[in-house]
Amino acid sequence: MKKTLGAVAAAAAIAISLSACGGSAPASTEAKGDINYWLWDANQLPAYQQCADDFHKANPDIKVKITQRGWDDYWTTLTNGFVAGTAPDVFTNHLSKYPEYAAKKQLLSLDEAVAKDGIKLESYTKGLAELWVGQDGKRYGLPKDWDTVGLFYNTAMTDSAGLTAEQMANLEWNPQDGGSYEKAIAHLTVDKNGVRGDEAGFDKNKVAVYGLGLAGSGSGQGQTEWSFLSATTGWSATDKNPWGTKFNYDDPKFQETIAWWAGLTEKGYMPKLETTVGASLADNFGAGKAAINTTGDWLIGQYKSYKGVKTAFAPTPKGPEGKRASMFNGLADSVWAGTKNPAASIKWVEYLASTACQDVVASKGVVFPALTSSSDKAAEAFKAKGTDVSAFTTHVKEGTTFLFPIADKAAKVDGIMKPAMDAVLSGKKPASSLTEANNQVNALFNK
Amino acid sequence: MTTTTARGAALARKATGPGTGNAAPRRRRRPRSDLRVALFFIAPALLGFVAFYLVPSIRGVYLSFTEYSVLGDPTWIGTKNYTAIFADDLFWNAMAVTVQYVALNIGFQTAIALGLALLMHNVAKSTLIRGALLLPFLVANVIVALLWFWMLDYQLGIVNEIINWMGLPRIAFFGSEQWAIPTIAGVNVWRHMGYTALLIFAGLQSIPNHVYEVASLDGASPTRTFWSITMPLLRPVLVLVLVVTVIGSFQVFDTVAVTTGGGPINASRVIQMYIYQKAFGESDFGYASALSVILFVILALVAFVQMKFLKGNESDLD
Repeated sequence: MKKTLGAVAAAAAIAISLSACGGSAPASTEAKGDINYWLWDANQLPAYQQCADDFHKANPDIKVKITQRGWDDYWTTLTNGFVAGTAPDVFTNHLSKYPEYAAKKQLLSLDEAVAKDGIKLESYTKGLAELWVGQDGKRYGLPKDWDTVGLFYNTAMTDSAGLTAEQMANLEWNPQDGGSYEKAIAHLTVDKNGVRGDEAGFDKNKVAVYGLGLAGSGSGQGQTEWSFLSATTGWSATDKNPWGTKFNYDDPKFQETIAWWAGLTEKGYMPKLETTVGASLADNFGAGKAAINTTGDWLIGQYKSYKGVKTAFAPTPKGPEGKRASMFNGLADSVWAGTKNPAASIKWVEYLASTACQDVVASKGVVFPALTSSSDKAAEAFKAKGTDVSAFTTHVKEGTTFLFPIADKAAKVDGIMKPAMDAVLSGKKPASSLTEANNQVNALFNK
Repeated sequence: MTTTTARGAALARKATGPGTGNAAPRRRRRPRSDLRVALFFIAPALLGFVAFYLVPSIRGVYLSFTEYSVLGDPTWIGTKNYTAIFADDLFWNAMAVTVQYVALNIGFQTAIALGLALLMHNVAKSTLIRGALLLPFLVANVIVALLWFWMLDYQLGIVNEIINWMGLPRIAFFGSEQWAIPTIAGVNVWRHMGYTALLIFAGLQSIPNHVYEVASLDGASPTRTFWSITMPLLRPVLVLVLVVTVIGSFQVFDTVAVTTGGGPINASRVIQMYIYQKAFGESDFGYASALSVILFVILALVAFVQMKFLKGNESDLD
């Protein structure tokens, strides 16, 4: 009897100590102590380390510890951290992830802080601040940087094909015959015998250089793969953005675009999807296997680093209505709801979103900060390094950006759309099969 | 001859064991103290079993009847997960892919391992060579998978360079729907065949030599000896090896996770990959738990059927 009592007591003690671990310790209201901050892009680590050092100088009571983790590990580790109570106080957040975290009450609302500290949301590049307001009308992040998509091309190849920089910057596209965009891609494709893609006797089964590189099927967003084309037809992924609940993958305008794009593989102008498993789009470009890549401005540095390859940038082609389009993706920093140190965390987030830190990031010339003034400085920093980034900034200047589709259940939508898009791009199914996938996606929201 | 003496000795031991009469009252108390000592020795394993297997398993079964996203509490939804699974095309696809993988993996692995074991037993007596066969098994699974992933790469892999050099078209080993599962199965056969061979080799060594002597005296051919003596006497070991490797094979995950990730399309989305994706990708832990329970039941059945019909617990030696 005694023994059982003892065992029960021990179990109870363990239970109490466990619940004490999981329960919220009294949150400190004073802005001091240590803060953990996570980001995934190693290229940006030096810039943010400097921000952290400057921040510590200005606020000697607060110390920021930065951890960088690769994209693939980042999100699972973060989720585990939410559950285990070890998540970072502040972390770089992504538009495809934050809706779920907000819905699960893992993010601290920043409205109070924004109002109290008088943060001017209008000084951020238009559209970025609104992205981070959740379905409940609360703000869950302060804008950090933005990105657009462009054409990265190998100038040695365009030179030998007789394509000038001006021609590359003024390509036109339509879903029927691909316009001058397809002509350029065809002309830049060269087979093993040196015959170009638009010449007689071109052997599409023995291609040495593809006109257009391929990263993957792009799943349901196609950020860098096809969204800059489909958007010029007036198509958008959801009925409204953000927080759409009806998807439009059954729209003929979208399916025509994908059919045209998948057709490039058939014609031998673009690699087969099966060859992209485990391969890197950028490395194949660096190895001279593709003349044009479509990708985002965050990779400018990597493309510029390939020895013996000169890369130039052109804006995405104009669509049927004569306008360009680029997805506009913006990152932000969020505060974890379970932080032990909300006051200091908010102070750090505000510093990250301030001119002081964003100018530091701008000076490194790796990304475009969200503050318009800092963004201009970044363009200058790129220019100082000899890189013309007007291909990316033109979208912002001319207002040809459209927002990354923000919706609930993003992971489930992805689970349906990735295989569906893979099937179309590998030629296993026609583009019309996306209607069935669209029905499955929409069914997720009708439950 | 040897068998009879051995059995005789066993009988003799039995006779001397509980036979001695006088110490009856003392012995009545003994089982209790034995239990204590036994519990003491079992405790570490028992603790581990309860903490890391029993409790999580029971919790897993409970979660399979709930909707649970880790963040937040599970809500009871009855058998909804199970009915949804039976209507889920991706689940049936995952099962088909897994069975295809198991068939290829176990088929080749067992045949090759048996061949290697016979070679080890009869030809390669050097410890160095026998040890070398085990080398792939000493490398971590993920490393093996990555190594082959790079060697079989479409553009840059050495295997495709050789294929190209021979004038044949390159093969997208991990990228094409037809090749993905056979390639993954092949990689794991390569890693596990040495280890499986070692297990079978141990079984071969336990077959007494005199039966082979008798067979050769009767003029049996090597093939006949193999099918009529080696295989039947090896059966208990083979059954054990099959049960263990089939269960392991059904649980293939790491090789898929670091190479194809379930693609292309759904071609290599094995059941464990699907469970992982549902749980950690889509935060649908209830559904993933239900899938795990189904896998658990299937594996229990497979093991039971193998033990029952291959009579793994009996030996033909007696």
